[in-house]
Amino acid sequence: MASDSSAGISNVTDVARRLLPEAGVITDRARLRTYECDGLAHYRVTPALVVIPEDAAQLAGLVKACAEHAVPFVARGSGTGLSGGALPHAEGILIVTSRMRAIREVRRDDQRAVVEPGVINLDVTRAATPYGYYYAPDPSSQQICSIGGNVAENSGGAHCLKYGFTTNHVIGADFVTPDGDTVTLGGAAPDSPGYDLLGAVVGSEGTLGIVTSATVRLVRLPEEVRTILVGFKTTDQAGAATSAIISAGIVPAAIEMMDALAIEAAEAAVHCNYPDGAGAVLVIELDGAAIEVEQEYAEVERLCNDNGAFEQRLATDPAERQLIWKGRKSAFAAVGRISPDYIVQDGVIPRTALPEVLKAIADLSASSGVRVANVFHAGDGNLHPLVLFDDEVEGAGDAAETVSGAILDLCIEHGGSITGEHGVGMDKAKYMPRMYTDEDLDTMQLVRCAFDPQNISNPGKVFPTPRLCGEVPGRHKGAHPLQEAGVAEVF
Amino acid sequence: MTTDTIEAAAREAVTSACADVRDAEQTDDVDGVRPGLVARPADTGQVSEVMKACAAHDLTVVPRGRGTKLSWGLAPTSADVLLDLSALDQVLDHAAGDLIVAAQAGALLHDVQQVVGEAGQRLALDETVPGSTIGGVLGANTSGPRRTATGTARDLLIGITMVRADGVVAKAGGRVVKNVAGYDIGKLMIGSRGTLGVITDATFRLHPVPAAHRWVSVPVADPARALTVAQAAVHSQVVPTAIEVEWADGTGTLHVLLEGHVDGVAGRAEALRSLLGAEATESEDAPADGATYPWDVTATADRRSTALKLTFVLSGLADVLAAAADTGATLRGSAGSGVVYAALDPDTAVGDVSIALERLRNACTAQGGTTVVVDAPAAVKSAVDAWGPIPALDLMRRVKDQFDPDYRLAPGRFVGGI
Repeated sequence: MASDSSAGISNVTDVARRLLPEAGVITDRARLRTYECDGLAHYRVTPALVVIPEDAAQLAGLVKACAEHAVPFVARGSGTGLSGGALPHAEGILIVTSRMRAIREVRRDDQRAVVEPGVINLDVTRAATPYGYYYAPDPSSQQICSIGGNVAENSGGAHCLKYGFTTNHVIGADFVTPDGDTVTLGGAAPDSPGYDLLGAVVGSEGTLGIVTSATVRLVRLPEEVRTILVGFKTTDQAGAATSAIISAGIVPAAIEMMDALAIEAAEAAVHCNYPDGAGAVLVIELDGAAIEVEQEYAEVERLCNDNGAFEQRLATDPAERQLIWKGRKSAFAAVGRISPDYIVQDGVIPRTALPEVLKAIADLSASSGVRVANVFHAGDGNLHPLVLFDDEVEGAGDAAETVSGAILDLCIEHGGSITGEHGVGMDKAKYMPRMYTDEDLDTMQLVRCAFDPQNISNPGKVFPTPRLCGEVPGRHKGAHPLQEAGVAEVF
Repeated sequence: MTTDTIEAAAREAVTSACADVRDAEQTDDVDGVRPGLVARPADTGQVSEVMKACAAHDLTVVPRGRGTKLSWGLAPTSADVLLDLSALDQVLDHAAGDLIVAAQAGALLHDVQQVVGEAGQRLALDETVPGSTIGGVLGANTSGPRRTATGTARDLLIGITMVRADGVVAKAGGRVVKNVAGYDIGKLMIGSRGTLGVITDATFRLHPVPAAHRWVSVPVADPARALTVAQAAVHSQVVPTAIEVEWADGTGTLHVLLEGHVDGVAGRAEALRSLLGAEATESEDAPADGATYPWDVTATADRRSTALKLTFVLSGLADVLAAAADTGATLRGSAGSGVVYAALDPDTAVGDVSIALERLRNACTAQGGTTVVVDAPAAVKSAVDAWGPIPALDLMRRVKDQFDPDYRLAPGRFVGGI
């Protein structure tokens, strides 16, 4: 078996050397180790080969070689993923798309952009802004994460509440199947006839093939944006205010919540000057036509006051707005400042279950002695509990893991999901049977078998496979690897 | 394909699987194909049992809601059992605080809207064909004017229960808006015209009903003007919910729907009117034909229009409208989304339909889109390429082969003979 796989890698390496410039083929053991993890650094696997294609033809050629020799391949963009979705395969190749970063077209009249997978999320917005447009899905890591990774994970961000998720914004793609064939899915116009294969590919975490270019929707920059920071004494009050806003028929561009511990972490990291003594803050963003935003703002202000807000701050200039968002978007990495180790959880619940689930999380924390900081997209119920621990303390890691798993169980019990934007990846494959029956998972496998009968496209991700006892998912130490490397300022 | 061809054992198996089974009548015909039996299961479990019985006896199955779009697509090559889902008609769960609704496939879209409307909410899918069911809307992927603001079924569906061709019941997605766990099987089912599985219930995200709305309409004398108006509305700050075009004989009207707060809508309508010029008018009322298609959806057999769906990039509107000149086509649809529907009179000669189709398809293809025949008299369907070129067809066949290897479900109705 080992000799088979090494022969396969050797053959694929030969093909890679023919197809790519020398710098695009990495075989040196020390350099391979640079790629041994993505944003979930607890899992580390050294790939057998790393290739960095510069265009779609090279990428397709590499995949074809993998198909011929039954060599597993894993696609990787910026490597910011938080579920081990781009974790390499020890006997496979890692295809890095970071050199495929051309924004091919910005078509203002059609409200479309065509971009390569290595393009950084924020760069799409930067390219569209001069035309009065932007790209709406904005993960917290938008200044460094790539569109290819966003497409693979269907990872969104704060503005998904109003504007929809990555899957709602990607309407066409050039796509390399695990056979190495290039096909076009969807297009610049809507509603392509036939099965919505693109709908299946977005969010499939690289298990169905690799997108080599994406046609994305651009959204008109709003006439007016108001970002409001609201301080509450308790998360219950902040949750009630959120419900009141949604019940009033207002759909803000974003409603984000942070609890006291998350605020403490953000303050330590980026000095965002959130209200003193707040047990919870909401970051509420309203956008749209100026006259509507004015009215909604007055209503939101009133609803927050009615629900116990003790301080409200309207950002009056872009710098203030940016500082409010900086506190929120840096929250994950900031937790590294108040705890040596932490697990980022990514569960979803129906919004109305927020008070009950937050209380249950607090109870779990109290009974286990494990601290949990809560940062989340309150508008759509996507929780990001940060479970804090110190790996130097014996048993602390296991206790944190237990609490983290129990939080996911709470999400499932309340009709939610085990992941809202980070993906299943390697990290949560074992949780899939808690959410889906064998029949559900078998049905998903029908899709997998149609696209990837050899099971070589990112194998071992998303779906449960027999795992060794004692495997510990999801731990983080300190800052994100890219932040530590100085590539990203915040995460 | 007739009752006689279904053997006694197969008939017995289907009858055992479901309490309500009868012989098909003429009104059960699927685009001219007479089914053998009509099975009307009471719940997902019975749908599963019927599918298992059909699999065991190698019977073909065509799902039906209320039959409002049953002739869409191509006629099935076989329809032993018509699977009537009209008994699965319940709105299962409206969680107003979470802005979601779950309904059975046979529930009327109208009923769902009534239930959620009581809480000031709506499922943002227009009822383009009166009497449509949730399953029918999903299977045919219908959408109307509001798609410009809130998208189509693929943007609103968050969970689904389906019965596979082998009778296995499976779920995908769930009841939360944000969920990336596992493959999005729901999207594969949308627009698949019953060829991948039988949808038995679906869960959607909802939107609040705005306090006010206003239509601003402006006549457009030629395609270039239509494009100018559509682009002005699209790129403006008036946040249109819908931008609709009506078009016939080389001229037409653009209608822009604004929704929101009372004062906000009034202010935006005023801004839009000044943008579009003195000819623009304002009304509370929707255009006379509202959200419907430009053909008679109740017509049957040879009285059906040739119904086309045209898609294109937004900047291609003028070219598509220009291509309609001299074809006799009446057009209506979402200029703000790049989707317009066209109707050719039932009396149009087949040769003329072919010429019109080719002209429109060329225009749409040049503008990044497609033209498909949604419905047409049998003579037209047999004479033209209803779907046009389909990229990634091999991959679609592979998906079909996995889900329905025996081509039991609605065989031949979909792209590439699927």
